Amino acid sequence: MQRRMIAAAFVAAGALTLTACGGGGGGGGEGDLEARGDITIWYSNNAAEIAWGQQMVDAWNADHPDEQVKAQEIPAGNSSEEVIAAAITAGNAPCLIFNTAPAAVPQFQKAGGLVSLSSFEDGDAYIEERSAGNAAQYASADGEFYQMPWKSNPVMIFYNKAMFTAAGLDPEAPALSTYDEFLETSRTLTESGAAPYAIYPAPSSEFYQSWFDYYPLYGAETGGTLLVEDGEATFDSAAGETVAEFWATMYEEGLSGQEPYQGDSFVDGNSAMTIAGPWAIDYFGETVDWGTVPVPTSAGTAPEETYTFGDAKNIGLFTACKAKGTAWDVLKFATSEEQDGQLLNITGQMPLRQDLTGTYPDFFAANPAHEQFGDQAGRVVEVPNVANSIEVWQTFRDGYSRSVIFGEVDIPTFLSDTAAAVDALVSKG
Amino acid sequence: MVTVSPEASTTGRRDAQDARSSRRRRLLGQNPLGLLLSTPYLIFIGVVFAYPMIFAVWMSLHDYFFSAPGADVEREFVGLDNFVAVATDPAVWRSFLNVGVFLVINVPLTVVLSMLLAAALNKAVHARVFLRVSFYVPYVSASVALVAIWLFLFSGPGLVNQILGPLAPSPSWLINPFLAMPVIALFVTWKGMGFYILLYLAALQNVPKELYESASTDGAGAVRTFFSVTVPGVRPATLLVLLLATITGANLFTEPYLLTNGGGPNGASTSPVLLMYQKGLEQGNPDVAAAIGVILVILVLTIALIQRRLVGGDES
Repeated sequence: MQRRMIAAAFVAAGALTLTACGGGGGGGGEGDLEARGDITIWYSNNAAEIAWGQQMVDAWNADHPDEQVKAQEIPAGNSSEEVIAAAITAGNAPCLIFNTAPAAVPQFQKAGGLVSLSSFEDGDAYIEERSAGNAAQYASADGEFYQMPWKSNPVMIFYNKAMFTAAGLDPEAPALSTYDEFLETSRTLTESGAAPYAIYPAPSSEFYQSWFDYYPLYGAETGGTLLVEDGEATFDSAAGETVAEFWATMYEEGLSGQEPYQGDSFVDGNSAMTIAGPWAIDYFGETVDWGTVPVPTSAGTAPEETYTFGDAKNIGLFTACKAKGTAWDVLKFATSEEQDGQLLNITGQMPLRQDLTGTYPDFFAANPAHEQFGDQAGRVVEVPNVANSIEVWQTFRDGYSRSVIFGEVDIPTFLSDTAAAVDALVSKG
Repeated sequence: MVTVSPEASTTGRRDAQDARSSRRRRLLGQNPLGLLLSTPYLIFIGVVFAYPMIFAVWMSLHDYFFSAPGADVEREFVGLDNFVAVATDPAVWRSFLNVGVFLVINVPLTVVLSMLLAAALNKAVHARVFLRVSFYVPYVSASVALVAIWLFLFSGPGLVNQILGPLAPSPSWLINPFLAMPVIALFVTWKGMGFYILLYLAALQNVPKELYESASTDGAGAVRTFFSVTVPGVRPATLLVLLLATITGANLFTEPYLLTNGGGPNGASTSPVLLMYQKGLEQGNPDVAAAIGVILVILVLTIALIQRRLVGGDES
């Protein structure tokens, strides 16, 4: 009797599951690109972007009484990518999300969550006109745009002028452009006791940490090569090895720490330098007397030719949207020259628009600290838009941690093994 | 003229009634009301435990990934491919080894320490309430808050290393591939102690006083009494503590995630559930994550069965 009931319960649960799993068909919703109506958008949850988002929404709503935009901050979660993935799976993603990480776009695209912006009549033209040379790296493998390139935070080296002075180094023109100079400066900083560490990128194994130590220098060293191009890993090369050797030396000599630092190492005075983007200008504020230089390359490169990591955040248009026509118009409005200018003014982050310094001369005249970032924004590498991109970065980080940070595997082996693994992941689809 | 006698018709009715009620009893059991009252919880178990469990097994046998509701995606049956991928991944082996190390340290330490502390607490006369509260507080505190304190203690420039001076391990505790997992095991043991002490305290109340009296009459010392009377007396609690500690230990996620930020030096403190989180939620491979999950469940069930055999004795 009891056994029969248990068996019956299992069968019922199993049947319930299998009927639920069987689904998955049904049409897309791509056909209704002209639909109009009210839409919902999510924007980021930091104060500056909230301010920008609200004024953008108010400006649109004032002129469009029939197509109102309702805006809210992205719901809290461990990471915004997980929140968005959950929303896609549940079918309640908003029309636009102003914080879509390029690394997650392949995953969202595979899940059928994103609308191809190229399917709008003026889609490709608009994106290419606005972002020009930077646009191409945001296209998916099939050549279509599943994200609108929106803003970037190109990273540079921030250094603590007070610590440099204390170490007997020139705080206005520090020697940081070649690897040899950088290492020498770092040794001077730590040996003189001016700083416990020279620079302290996070040594932990989250998949995105490589974007703030290895990848900016790799982009600079190769003059703009992405980690994966044409379906193949590019870092198993002389340039890739040089960058890895540089960081390995930093860790070996104790110039960077192997243990995650609790807090902000640069602000707390634990390190004399850090790699950060223009968002840090307001964040560091008056706490640290800082200066910036571009990231180093092995032989030294002129600042106006140095590449770096862009740390872009883009905008996605999601398939769950009921009024895609309105959403596309709002998207164009939010990335218009005027709104990009507002973004610059309110948040200090760089819109992914060509010739920033020429289009907004007043802002850069008033904010000279931002000018070099505005100039740098024209030369960035982005995370490659390939299948399984997050797994690619996790695989890379695991190998990098083992080899470069902890020195347990030699670098050529790390590069070749990881490149093979990455090639397999990218071709798997 | 045939008349049906009243006794015969009554007996006939009673037979029919008996037949009906025994059929109902066969179907619904002695107390049909019990079924009704337990249905809500059964539905809860079905929806929250049984359905995801079976779905996870289904996921692990297909090329599964999350997708938007209207999307037309292919999820083909791949048999044991995901399990093969898991079995050939050295990171997965390392994570199971890590959780094994964790269990080997945590479970015996938990059982022994909580038994000893509960016995001592039972005998304590002064400050009994204070002691009970102080043992229980870590259990009810959020891991996130406690981790901050342990990081302060065990990080490179932390208090422990400063006290140890030249004896401090290099590399430091949490970035040392051999010490990272033991530190986490110590943390989790200390944190969970309150709950298991409570279980043992309850069990100790059930050990008959007469046994202690006869033991002391026979001249047994404190240690002998402990091993001959107390330990066997709390055997059911020991089994429970073993099972609970093993199951919660095998599902370790929070502490490696918080203490060592995503897997420690080189995966030295990755746990299987952390890998499942990375693969399933971050990297969009819930099929591989489900395969790891299924393997974990089978392993835990096996260990639990062994423990029940060894410690459980005749009780079911």
